[in-house]
Amino acid sequence: MSGSPYFYGQPEFLAKKTETMAAKTHRVLPGFGLALGYTLVYLSLLILLPLGGMILKASELGFGQIMDIALGERSLAAFRVTFGASFLAAAVNAVFGLIVAWILVRYPFPGKRFVDALVDLPFALPTAVAGITLATLYAGNGWLGQYLEPLGIKVAYTPLGIVVALTFITLPFVVRTLQPVIEDIETEVEEAAASLGASRWQTFVKVIFPAIFPALLTGFALAFARAVGEYGSVIFIAGNLPLISEITPLLIISKLEQYDVLGATALAVVMLGLSFILLLSVNLLQWWAANRHRNSEPLEVAAAKASGVTA
Amino acid sequence: MKSTRATQEPAWVRYTLLTVGLGFLFFFLGLPLIAVFVEALAQGVPIYLEALKEPETASAIWLTVGIALAVLPFNIVFGVAAAWAIAKFDFKGKSLLITLIDLPFAVSPVVAGLIFILLFGSQGTFGPWLSEHDIKIIFAVPGMILATMFITFPFIARELIPLMQAQGKEEEEAAVSLGASGFQMFWRVTLPNIKWGLLYGVILSNARAMGEFGAVSVVSGHIRGETNTLPLHVEILYNEYNAIGAFAAASILALLALVTLVAKTIVEWRMKKETDMLNTVLAPEKT
Repeated sequence: MSGSPYFYGQPEFLAKKTETMAAKTHRVLPGFGLALGYTLVYLSLLILLPLGGMILKASELGFGQIMDIALGERSLAAFRVTFGASFLAAAVNAVFGLIVAWILVRYPFPGKRFVDALVDLPFALPTAVAGITLATLYAGNGWLGQYLEPLGIKVAYTPLGIVVALTFITLPFVVRTLQPVIEDIETEVEEAAASLGASRWQTFVKVIFPAIFPALLTGFALAFARAVGEYGSVIFIAGNLPLISEITPLLIISKLEQYDVLGATALAVVMLGLSFILLLSVNLLQWWAANRHRNSEPLEVAAAKASGVTA
Repeated sequence: MKSTRATQEPAWVRYTLLTVGLGFLFFFLGLPLIAVFVEALAQGVPIYLEALKEPETASAIWLTVGIALAVLPFNIVFGVAAAWAIAKFDFKGKSLLITLIDLPFAVSPVVAGLIFILLFGSQGTFGPWLSEHDIKIIFAVPGMILATMFITFPFIARELIPLMQAQGKEEEEAAVSLGASGFQMFWRVTLPNIKWGLLYGVILSNARAMGEFGAVSVVSGHIRGETNTLPLHVEILYNEYNAIGAFAAASILALLALVTLVAKTIVEWRMKKETDMLNTVLAPEKT
């Protein structure tokens, strides 16, 4: 169940350790040169060359001009909407994702396997489909919109709609990062806490929550990183008003459509930089989580579980 | 038993959490999924089928399938090669390489499309040379394939790396020391070991390839009947207020998503069964 590839989990850190322990002998296996060579050439052509080209293009502008474009009124508003909505969506998922992961691991209920499989729907459903469906549901005459609008809650075509779309898109991240970690908690520890007189709430706050917090944070960061770049689902429900409900990826596209290639590139480079920082912090979080985790379990068990082989 | 009760929440807490959790999933996952099909069938089955038969929808379906098929062999070869090098050997810069493979995950799909416009677009680096030789990449199918490749290449590698690391290299080493050629070793030992993981990665990368919107949208040019994939076609129909048509096309993609989820669950189940079996066989010596 935890074999989701979206959980960029601990394996590399742990596996590296196991490998160095498993006697460094001379290479017996064939194909190292070929496999690594192919990998590097492929990555260079598909990833490094195009990304390098973009950075080269942006350097035509110079740092000052890039900043001018990125800090312009419309771009700044777009960044604010993008990062604000992403943060809110990730936060909503942190709260509800924790509850969902908890009930999926701990509580029996009918249809559990079905619900568990359904959690991955946002990964499988094309974003455009999610976009038009959510827009229709939350529009003034939609299934949900007709009840929300009389209450003064307008979702479709407002920034709130962006939060809803991003919540949908990033829903699996927190659940899937938390599930294996909750499964790993040994009930003996909880029993010990209870037998020492801790209430269930105290056990949760003092024993369970600290154990799952790194994973919760990782799930939050993954959701946030994914939300920031999202385009397909958002544009249908956002309303796309400049300064109010326009996200950065859309602004990049509209600049491109106006043949402002340099402007689009400048924004893209800034976004890429911010994404890198996010990716880096996710990796650091995972490293931290892996280190914490390592103390409690034999290395091989942890490695196998993290990779989703046995969990 | 007292000890089990001590590690359980009071009943009211359990029921509250179940209600909140399942309610959240119903409103955010269940309802949208139902809505796709209800909207598509809003005016009856005949009109739904009529909408699907529209030639532009049909050609969008074929283009989507074609691009996914074109991308797949690249992703498989890359995934297996990268996982082989990373999981079975030690070398400097390995974590950097893994980070590079993660990169598309951190790049917005829109940026993924833009980088290919900057390279191959009419004002791009290779633009003049390409137009001289009358080769179209941007606003044509090759560009869409490239963008999809960029978005989907990590999926299989990401699935295989931890799997092959966990499996270790003893079996392959045994095969080689018994005189198997590299090809025999791969075909007889490695491939049977990784087949479910590989299939899992194929399912995921395929779902993403068929559903990709942002990256493909940037490089496609939205030429109807030519460079319109199904997700892009959904957008066009929706923007023309053709709700039935849009949701009919969307329902195919939603069906595809459901097939993906079912296939994924079956493969997960098979993988679990096999590792469980392996663990019981190897349990005494593994510790």
